[in-house]
This record gives sequence, C-alpha cells and structure tokens, in this order.
Amino acid sequence: MGSQSYEDAIEALKKLIIEKDDLKTVAAAKVEKLTAELKTISSSDGKAFDPVERIKQGFVTFKKEKYDTNPALYGELAKGQSPKYMVFACSDSRVCPSHVLNFHPGDAFVVRNIANMVPPYDQVKYAGVGAAIEYAVLHLKVENIVIIGHSACGGIKGLMSFALDGNNSTDFIEDWVKICLPAKSKVLAEAESSAFEDQCGRCEREAVNVSLANLLTYPFVREGVVKGTLALKGGYYDFVKGAFELWELQFGLSPAHPV
Amino acid sequence: MRSICCWIRQLHFSSMAIVSSIMSTSVDPSSLGVCVFPNTSKIFGNNANQLPTYLRLSTSSRRHAKLRLAASISKVPLKITREEKHQDHVNSPDKGHDVFEEIKHRFLTFKKDKYMDNLERFQSLAKSQSPKFMVIACADSRVCPSEILGFQPGEAFTVRNIANIVPTYESGPSETKAALEFAVNSLQVENILVVGHSRCGGIRALMTMDDDETEEGIDSRSFIKNWVIIGKPARSISKSAASELSFDQQCQHCEKESVNCSLRNLLSYPWIEERVKKGTLTIHGGYYDFTECTFEKWTVDYKERRCVERSLAVKDRSIWS
Repeated sequence: MGSQSYEDAIEALKKLIIEKDDLKTVAAAKVEKLTAELKTISSSDGKAFDPVERIKQGFVTFKKEKYDTNPALYGELAKGQSPKYMVFACSDSRVCPSHVLNFHPGDAFVVRNIANMVPPYDQVKYAGVGAAIEYAVLHLKVENIVIIGHSACGGIKGLMSFALDGNNSTDFIEDWVKICLPAKSKVLAEAESSAFEDQCGRCEREAVNVSLANLLTYPFVREGVVKGTLALKGGYYDFVKGAFELWELQFGLSPAHPV
Repeated sequence: MRSICCWIRQLHFSSMAIVSSIMSTSVDPSSLGVCVFPNTSKIFGNNANQLPTYLRLSTSSRRHAKLRLAASISKVPLKITREEKHQDHVNSPDKGHDVFEEIKHRFLTFKKDKYMDNLERFQSLAKSQSPKFMVIACADSRVCPSEILGFQPGEAFTVRNIANIVPTYESGPSETKAALEFAVNSLQVENILVVGHSRCGGIRALMTMDDDETEEGIDSRSFIKNWVIIGKPARSISKSAASELSFDQQCQHCEKESVNCSLRNLLSYPWIEERVKKGTLTIHGGYYDFTECTFEKWTVDYKERRCVERSLAVKDRSIWS
C-alpha cells in the first residue's frame, strides 16, 4: 500500500471518530496501527536517507575512482600543497567551486562563508577570515584571490531585507552580512524603485566589489598586489542561467603625471 | 610621486553578444581611496553609467592620491577544444598564462559536463536548496568535501575555514557562527559534519605556539594564532596524552581532538542543542587522512554525554579504507 492510501485511510478514520463517538476506541487503535505501518514503510523502502551510508559511499567512490587511479597526484599532494588560487565562495550548497570551476585537489585554497564576504582587517572580530588570507598569501603564496558571488543568495537577500538598525532578530547573521552594507547603500541609491529581486541581483555583485576592496585593507594583500605577485578577481555564478562572469581588480604603481 | 592605477576587466562566459570596450575614468583625488567599477555586463541589465563604488581604504593606501580606473569587456567563445581542456589541468608557470582563459575553460567544462547534462536538476535547485548536511571543513586545497565525500550540488551547505574550527556560541569570530545559524534555523539541516584532516597547517600552528603565547591575549602579529587558539583545549589534551610521541604524532592526535573540540562547541549553541536533544539534528565528526586515504567517522552520543569539561561521548565509530 502506498503512503497516499495510508494517509487517506487515516484521514477517513479520523473523520469517523468525529462522526461516531462510540467508535472512538476502535478507530483510535486502528489509526495508531496505520500510523505505525506508515512509518515503517517510509524507513524501510530502501529510499530513506541514511546520512552515514551516504558519506561512506561518497568516500569509497572517491578512493576507488580518483585517489587510486592517480597515485602521482595524490602522492605529491600528501607532501604539501601549493595552490595557485585562493577562492572565497558562499556556503550555499549549490555553488561549491570544485564543481562550478572544476577545481581538483590541490588547485584552490577555499574559504566558504555566508555570502562569500571578506570583512575588513580586524585582528579580533574577523580572525577567522584574516587567518585564511594570511595563510594563503604569506605561507602558500597563492597568485590569485577570486571572490565568487552567486544568484539567489540567501545572505544577500538577508542583507537587503534586514533593517540592520541594531535591533537584531538573529544571533549572528545580521552582524555578519552587514559587512557588505556599502553594497546595499549603493544599490538602494541607484535602484530604489527596482523590484526587490533586481535589487538583490545588483547587490550580489556589488558585495563582491566591497569584498575586493576589503581585501586591500590587509597589508600583505596590498603588498602582493602592488608588487604584482598577487591578482584579485571578482566572479559571479548565475545558476539560473548557467552563466559565469569574471572581472579583475589590479593595482600597479605608475609614474604620476606632473600636476 | 607615484599613483595607483586600477583596472577591471570583465568577461561574461555565457554570452556571444558582448561588446568589447575600454572605459576609463578619473577619480577625484579627495575621494576615499579605492574605486571599484560597477558591473558593466548588458546581459544582466545593469546600467553602464552607474557611478563607481567608493570604498574606504586604510591611510597608507590613501597616500596614493591619484587613482585611475579602466574596465574592459571581452567577448569569449563558447567552444572548447580537447587540447584547451587538457591545458586547464596544467599548472603553467609561464607568465603569459592567462588566468581569465583558465577560469573560463574551467567553468565551461563544468557547464558542459555537469550543468547541461543535469539541466532539470539544476533548474529545480535554482529555485531553492534543502541540503541534508552542513559540513565544516578546512580551507586546505586537498580536502574539499565535494571531492572526498562526493557531495553533489545541493547536498551540503559548507563552511571552510582554517583547521575546521567551530568557536563557542559565547565567543570567537562570527563567520562560522552565522553560517551555523542559517543552516540550522533557516535550512533546518539534519546533520552537521566536522571534518578534520592529516597534515593540517592550522593545527601545526596551534601545536607550535609557545605556552606563553596561548596564555596571552590577542597577538597583533598573526591572525592565524588568534584564530587557531580557539582549539586550545585540544592542544592541551594532545600535549598531555601524546607527550611520549613525536611532534608529528602529537599533531595528528590534535587534528582529531580538535574535531572533538568543535563538536563540543557546537552543543553550546542553544538552537543546536535543542534539536540534537529532540533528535532532529545529528552531529558527526570525521577525519580524512590523505596520506593513507582513510576516512574515520564518529557520531556524538548526546544521551550519553558527560557534562565534565573536555569529555565527549561518541558512538558508531568506523574507519573506511
């Protein structure tokens, strides 16, 4: 019997209980029995989700199909990593850079947080992101930092919706997304009458620009950019259209024109 | 005196109809520092006449009073040849190597091999995500959960930070905490998995700190120390439990113990503990050893938990190799 017919049977019995009070005990027992059977069905039909089995299968497949077939790469990687990229991407389950940019193990040092934000230099408040940038730039000496925003971002939607007036309704989310408040202000100034979705789309890109600028508040990032050993790039993955945009922010020293 | 020039180059990979152009603009020297050009792609209906975003930089950058800005949009072909695809995986050291080209090919490979083949799934995912997992993994380039655990788009809401650390609810930086709140309260994930790994640079930094350094407050010289110090309880346990062992072995001990420290810290979030108590959320620890290619997994046993600090009851431990 399918789940739907069980549910129908339960509903019918419940109706009966209301209509005929004397049947209450009998019907209640029947409802209980059916409910229990329904539960058994949904957990034993082989389709029920087993999270541990899921990750076990995932790992076994990785080992068999990737690790064991490429001993040279994994042997080298076991000794050390020297990724060319540092990537900031959103925590969103749909935007992993290993998928979207086809990165393989060893290619990219990856930070993922809500709305792929880089906060400005702050030794205490933002030690987590700061530590990752410091490690990537000073120790791993990555050549590129790419910040990737994306369509339908929940974090940016939050940034655009929250009042951010100090009366927080969340424990941490508002406090975090307000890092990109300058992007929100810009979007509101330029597209105040636009539909909310359009404003969010604009803000998803502007927030990447705010993060790019925040990267320059880290002295070791600035130094790398000025020396030409580090390049900063902004990206935007639109999973509705299946499109990707990339833009670059580069600083270099050049002789000034006499004033 | 010298000035800083700022270029922005923009490419749009899905479209054939991008107009190539070069734009440049002068910025008022009295403005606030770096100038970031707005999006210029016509595809998204953005207005190329938008004003640039002005953002404040630290004073040392502001010395460079004069900023110039130029942006260009390039048209890129959609077609990829096998040779070009092959080149994507070559980590070319030559200076002429164009990162833009590389990223374009990387994306087009994904689009061709995965997106177009599963268009229906991607379109349904585009409407909303409902991942079953939240994963906290290290930023290390060798341990991406999508790789080692085969997570497909839509399956795992993922935080990656140095040494897969979770601060307590009460203290520590907020990025991981905000992500936890979103995953647990908004997406209502059913599983949180913290994955540690072998030869972790963050854990090594924690283990090499001087004892005095761990007692001191904020170290102005290093973000890394200020971050990994959250794992101090794991460091103490490993230093005493593995004191007879080599430094490498102590680090490995700490890599696993630090996962436990994060698992304990997860229970300090009221909305996490409440769900774990009700049975709607399960917390797992994992350890990926990439030198042997093994994965160890364990699950927090909330019912058996001991309130004694530093102890954590776990169950269902298994090693896959």
